[in-house]
Amino acid sequence: MAIVLKRKPLNFLEKLYLPQIVAGLSTTFKRMLAPKETMEYPEERPPIPKGYRGVPTLVKDPEGREKCVSCQLCEFVCPPKAIRIIPGEIQDEEHANVEKAPKEFDIDMLRCIYCGMCEEVCPEEAIWLQNQYSMSGYSREEMVNNKEKLYELGGTLPDQHFKWKKKKEAEEAGNAH
Amino acid sequence: MSEEKKDDGLISVFIDGQEVRTKPGTNIIEVAASVGKEIPHYCYHPKLSVSGNCRMCLIELGMPGRDRATGEPILNEDGSPKIMFFPGPAIGCGTNAAPNMHVKTDSDMVKECREGVTEFLLANHPLDCPICDQAGECRLQEFSTSHGAGYSRFVEQKNVKPKRTRLGPRVMLDDERCILCSRCIRFCQEVADDDVLGFTDRGSYSTLTCFPGKQLENNYSLNTVDICPVGALTSTDFRFKMRVWFLKHVKSIDFETSVGCNTDVWAREGKIYRITPRRNDEVNDTWMPDSGRELYKLVDGENRLPHCKAGEANVSASDALAKAVELLKGEGVAIVGSGRCSVEEQYALKAIAETTKAVGVYLVGRYGDDDGILVSRDRNANVRGALMTGLINSLPEESLSDLGAKIDSGEVKVVLSVKEDLVAAGLSKDQIAKVKLVSFDTQRYASTDLAGVVIAGLTPFERSGTVINQQFRIQKFHKAVPGPAGAVDDLVALATVQANLSEESFPSTVASVWKQLGESGPFEGLSFKSIPDEGVLLDGSAFGALPFAEGKSLHFEPKQEAVAAE
Ligand code: SF4
Ligand code: SF4
Ligand code: SF4
Ligand code: SF4
Ligand code: FES
Repeated sequence: MAIVLKRKPLNFLEKLYLPQIVAGLSTTFKRMLAPKETMEYPEERPPIPKGYRGVPTLVKDPEGREKCVSCQLCEFVCPPKAIRIIPGEIQDEEHANVEKAPKEFDIDMLRCIYCGMCEEVCPEEAIWLQNQYSMSGYSREEMVNNKEKLYELGGTLPDQHFKWKKKKEAEEAGNAH
Repeated sequence: MSEEKKDDGLISVFIDGQEVRTKPGTNIIEVAASVGKEIPHYCYHPKLSVSGNCRMCLIELGMPGRDRATGEPILNEDGSPKIMFFPGPAIGCGTNAAPNMHVKTDSDMVKECREGVTEFLLANHPLDCPICDQAGECRLQEFSTSHGAGYSRFVEQKNVKPKRTRLGPRVMLDDERCILCSRCIRFCQEVADDDVLGFTDRGSYSTLTCFPGKQLENNYSLNTVDICPVGALTSTDFRFKMRVWFLKHVKSIDFETSVGCNTDVWAREGKIYRITPRRNDEVNDTWMPDSGRELYKLVDGENRLPHCKAGEANVSASDALAKAVELLKGEGVAIVGSGRCSVEEQYALKAIAETTKAVGVYLVGRYGDDDGILVSRDRNANVRGALMTGLINSLPEESLSDLGAKIDSGEVKVVLSVKEDLVAAGLSKDQIAKVKLVSFDTQRYASTDLAGVVIAGLTPFERSGTVINQQFRIQKFHKAVPGPAGAVDDLVALATVQANLSEESFPSTVASVWKQLGESGPFEGLSFKSIPDEGVLLDGSAFGALPFAEGKSLHFEPKQEAVAAE
């Protein structure tokens, strides 16, 4: 059974519509004079707050050494399994003591949920969710960031750990007898 | 309580107050494990001598007190015997069960001991876990989590020791990670009988090394990698390939020889990464030969057959099987089975032999040198399966010269060969060209190219079944990875052939074959499900007179007559 609600009849002022138009236009004119709240995206970009979780990237240390050692912890922890790593062995003499580096490192940005778990789990502080937030592409393949792209996005972070460099120096100094 | 309750030869030991009945002399670590109490340990290994050097297994030990003067038991106020605990801790691995022994595995003193030992072990330990292959299955990692402080008080410079050392063709050593437990040394001395490892220097400078001019290259070297509780010894083959926590392991059997070592096959997403031994105290203890660990390379081997063939053309499995049936309907069929097939496949082959009234059934023998440990002379994993299913009744010879003669005389016109290279087995290409060859293969052999029909089959890692080892122990192996898309399961293929030839149904799964096998005959009462992981010893006395090739090996003594016949 249908329920019929009786509507209150409009009074005289309401029937005129004028007060409503005036109220609406006053809002319009107030906004015209008030400071702008929108932004001319993409020419203008919003400031990114500290701790923002953008696209995950790989970073190098200040000396240009790739920090990731392909421990695959991020691959393990990533909830949507967006990360695929093929580990490899470091061949170049200079960083031979680090032994391991990724041969391939893919992050599927169609899968990534920007949760930041990879950054949190990384024992080498090699993967960071930085400020980049807009990813687009024409195909699924384009949306997979490979190792090269990840380093390009990541750049260099100014941390001063130099864990492996210090180890190498200790090795060279040698305190074995 | 101190009275022996039953005369079953067992004694009472009390682990944290809980009574356990055990054989006198059992190691306390094992006694505790039997009631689910873990005594953490590094250097103790159930299959090696006790060296007691890591001190991780410290426990508190006590015995019911006796008055020194009178010899009377000292009692508590409530009349129970008073347990006198030793003032200091004792190592669990060096303690054997004695009547009424009392052990505390989680008292405050024991916990403090473990924490102390852990802190000392970690003092000089490198921060290598991210690049260490052992991570995820490392005892030091595990016990550092449970007994470690979570931070380091050690501010001095850590010791520097050799890293990335090649100990032998298959083993890498990282001395900084070594906790000096000496398991690897004892293994080489006691099991592999190739004493090449030792410690040099003293104290925190102690370093594991190979004796000068020697290498760790015996065929058991990779077992040291398995038993090393940390990542000091790692496998060159598995090095940096995959993290262990991604791998799933499936129980399998080493097909290399008739010893039938129990193995675990570790795979991720259909790719096998390594093979490790699985403990079976009646067969291989906790060891396996290095050579058996390489077999997984067959799966992606260069010569792997990805699909079935009829002549030169690639065909679907069903077309190839139809063609095979057509050929096998002819006269003069001979069958070359394989000692590497499972019992189920041999049973199906036997049925095919009967249906086609085969003029000859052969197996290709493979013999090599044994090492008295886990490699036997017979390089076929399942010759005894062929005997027990009745496929053959004498031991296989290495050469198929008898078949060759029958081909030459025209008696044999069709050959069904399963997993064997007929050229390698002594037939000439001309002889093979004279017959119609149906070949079940996983790899491309010389004879594969000559076959009229090639059915692409599966490697042992891609199918399930059973094999019978030198002790007549029937053991199961399970599928670890799927096979290539164009290949067909050997048992399914053989069953299809048999069903089409005989026009009666034939079981095509392992479980359904076992329904028939278990009905009567040597396998009576068994089913695939009921065979336990450690296998079942079958009665092989019917074959006692055969001169089996195997000599003595770990847990195996050849029968006297067989030895005399050699
Ligand atoms: S941010 Fe989360 S979802 Fe994205 S790659 Fe890292 S762990 Fe995976
Ligand atoms: S957790 Fe860090 S070091 Fe490990 S693989 Fe990921 S990015 Fe590389
Ligand atoms: S041996 Fe264990 S604790 Fe040491 S680096 Fe390797 S995984 Fe880490
Ligand atoms: S290498 Fe491994 S097994 Fe050998 S002594 Fe060191 S820790 Fe023990
Ligand atoms: S396990 Fe007992 S001392 Fe090492």
